Amino acid sequence: MIEDRFDAIVVGAGMAGNAAALTMAKRGMKVLQLERGEYSGSKNIQSAILHADMLAELIPDFRKAAPLERHLVEQRFWILDDCSRIGLRYRFDDSNYGRSNRYTIVRAHFDKWFSSKVREAGATVLCQTTVTELAQNRRGRVIGVRTDRQDGIIHADVVVLAEGVNGLLGTRAGLRERPEPDQVALAVREMHCLPREAIEARFNLNGDKGVVIETAGNISRGMTVIGFIYPNKESISLGIGCLVSEFQRTGETPYELLDRFKRHPSVARLIDGSKVGEYSAHLIPKGGYNKMPRLHGKGWVVVGDAAQLSNTIDHEGANVAMTSGRIAAEAIFQVKSRGDLLRSDSLSLYKKMLDGSFKHSKKTDMRALLHTQPQNFLLTYPQLVSKAMQNLVRFNSTSEAEKSTSTQSWTGMFCDAFRLPRALR
Amino acid sequence: MHNLVCIKQVPDSAQIRVHPVTNTIMRQGVPSIINPYDLFALEAALELRDKFGGEITVLTMGPPSAEDSLRKALTFGADRAVLLTDRSFAGADTLATTYALATAIRKIGKEYGQPDLIFTGKQTIDGDTAQVGPGIAKRLRVSQLTYVAKITALDLTARTIEAERRSEGGVQVLRTRLPCLITMLEATNQIRRGAMADALRAARASIVKWSAQDADVEDISKCGLKGSPTVVKRVFAPSARAEKAVLVEPAEQPAEELIEAIFKHQPRLEADLAALAGDL
Repeated sequence: MIEDRFDAIVVGAGMAGNAAALTMAKRGMKVLQLERGEYSGSKNIQSAILHADMLAELIPDFRKAAPLERHLVEQRFWILDDCSRIGLRYRFDDSNYGRSNRYTIVRAHFDKWFSSKVREAGATVLCQTTVTELAQNRRGRVIGVRTDRQDGIIHADVVVLAEGVNGLLGTRAGLRERPEPDQVALAVREMHCLPREAIEARFNLNGDKGVVIETAGNISRGMTVIGFIYPNKESISLGIGCLVSEFQRTGETPYELLDRFKRHPSVARLIDGSKVGEYSAHLIPKGGYNKMPRLHGKGWVVVGDAAQLSNTIDHEGANVAMTSGRIAAEAIFQVKSRGDLLRSDSLSLYKKMLDGSFKHSKKTDMRALLHTQPQNFLLTYPQLVSKAMQNLVRFNSTSEAEKSTSTQSWTGMFCDAFRLPRALR
Repeated sequence: MHNLVCIKQVPDSAQIRVHPVTNTIMRQGVPSIINPYDLFALEAALELRDKFGGEITVLTMGPPSAEDSLRKALTFGADRAVLLTDRSFAGADTLATTYALATAIRKIGKEYGQPDLIFTGKQTIDGDTAQVGPGIAKRLRVSQLTYVAKITALDLTARTIEAERRSEGGVQVLRTRLPCLITMLEATNQIRRGAMADALRAARASIVKWSAQDADVEDISKCGLKGSPTVVKRVFAPSARAEKAVLVEPAEQPAEELIEAIFKHQPRLEADLAALAGDL
C-alpha cells in the first residue's frame, strides 16, 4: 500500500500528458505522471509540426532550449493524382527568425526535453510503469490507478488519461467506447536520412528554415489519401494517412500505399538516394470535433488522442493534444482551488474551457461565397488564398469547425480554379 | 551488510549505428542504458540484501546525465546512489577509471560504512575490457572473484564468502574472505521489477554527486585522459561478411558429409579435436 496520495495522476507522457502534468505541477499540485515507455518520447519515432503559440502558453521561453529542427517559412499544398500534381506555394520568408510560428520537431528528442520541464516543475515522473487499471470505488468514482508494479493502488483526487489513441484504460473501465474504423485513420510514415545540403537544395531552404508539403488526392484505388512531407535538419519525414475503413474496403496495405506515394514523381525526386531510417504506423483519431467521446467523469478527465481530440485537417494532433492537456489541467486546478470535489459536473468546466478555446470569432463560408458569386472569383481569389493559408498555417485562434469549412472550401476552390478557365474559353 | 555495486551508463548498442560515410559511431539520439552485465551484479546484491539485510550503494563515474542510470538502479531497489562526475575524469581508460572508482569507494566507506562486497558486471558492452572490476580490487587490495555464476554461501560472522566461478572447462568453487570484489557473469539471475514504493522513492531521491575533490582524489594527473596510457590507434567499421551460411546438400550420409564440410571450412578444427580426444 502506497501511503502517498496525489492531487492528480497523469497516465501517459506524450504531448497531452506532459502538458497536463506540467500545468498542474506549476500550479503547485502534487502530481504523479506514469509512462509505460523507457522515457517520455521513447515510444515515439515520429516527427511533428509544433505550433509555437501553443507551447508558449506552457513554456514561454521554449525557443532557448527546446530541441527544434526547422522553423517553417513555407507551406505547399499539392493535389495529387497518379502521376501529376497541382501545387500551391505560400512562402513567408519575412517571419522573424527568432519568433517563428511553427517548427518541425523530432518527437523522441522533443518529448524528452518536455518531460524534463515536467520534472523541473516538481511532478514525480515514473517511467517503465504501466497503468493496468483505473481503481474505482463502489459508486464508480475513479480513486486512483493500479500499475504493473507491486504495492496496489495509488490514490489521487483525479486521474488524467493521456494514454494515446488506443485508450485501453478508458475503454476497459467502460469510460469510453472503442473507436470505429471510420473514426480512426492509419498513418504510416517514414524518416528518410539525407545530408543537410541535399535537403536544403531540394527543398529550396537555407539555415534552419523549413517547409511543409501537404498533399491530398487519389493516388491509389480511389482512396482518399492525405499525405505530408517535411524536412527536419538531416532527415525527411513523410507519410500518408487514410481511414482504416478505406483500407478495409480496398484491401490495400498501408505499406503499399506509402510506397505508391513515394514513387509519385513529385515525391520521388525529393527523397531520391535517401536512406530509410524509421518506419512507423500510428493510429490517429479522425472522428473530428463532433465525435469526441465523453471527456470527463467522476474523478477523471481524458485528453489528447485518447479523447479523439485531433486536428482532422492537418494531422498535427500533437498541438491540439498539448492544448487539451493544458486546459484540462487548468480546469482541474480551478475546481480544486475553489474547494469543489472533482466530480463529473464540476469537471465539465474542462469541456467548457475547451470549447471556448477553439471558439472562432467570425465564420466565413467560403464555399458558399465561391459558388454564389462567381463574378467575384478573380477579385476575391487572392484574398481567399491568403486567408485560407493563414487559417491553415496559423493555428492559434482558429477553431476546428472553422478549419473544416475553410479547408473544404479550399479544395472546392481548386476545383473552381479549374472550372473557371474552361468556362471562360 | 553494506554492498556496493558499480554500474556504467552505456549507449544502447542495439540502437547504435555507424555513419555510412564517415564510419564513425552515431551517438546522437542513441538512448543510454545501464550496462546490461551490471544488472546481474545489482540483482545479486539485491538477493543478498533480501537474505541478510543491510543496504546497497550504487556508484558510477560519468557525465551528469549518468544520473538517469543511477535513478534507474534506485528503482530496482538500491538504497543510495553516488555519481562521480568531474570534467577531469573525462576520457579515462581502465587504469584511470579504476583509480577514480577506488578512491570514491574508499570515501563511500568513510561516509556510509565500509562495503562488505563490491560488485561489478563481467564487463561493459561498450568497452568490453573486463578490466575495471579486477582493477578496483587490486587498488583496494581486496580479494576478487571474477566470472561468478552463483554465490553459494555467505558467513557474516566468519566473514567469508563462497562462490561458483565459471572457468574454461569447468566450474570452480572458491571461498575467500570479506571484503571482496565480485564480477558477476551474465544470465545468472534476472533483475527484479522494482516495487512502486521503490520507484516513487527513486523518482524523488537526490543523487549524491561528487567531484574529484569531493571524492578525496589526491592525484588528479592519474584521472581522465591525462592518467590514461591507452591510445586509440584506429577506429573502423568492420566490413560485413558476405558469406554467412553454407548450404550442405544432404546426400547418402548427411552427418559425415556435414562434418567433412565443417572440417574443410575450419582447417584447424580436426587436428584440435583429435588432440583434445587424445587428452581425454
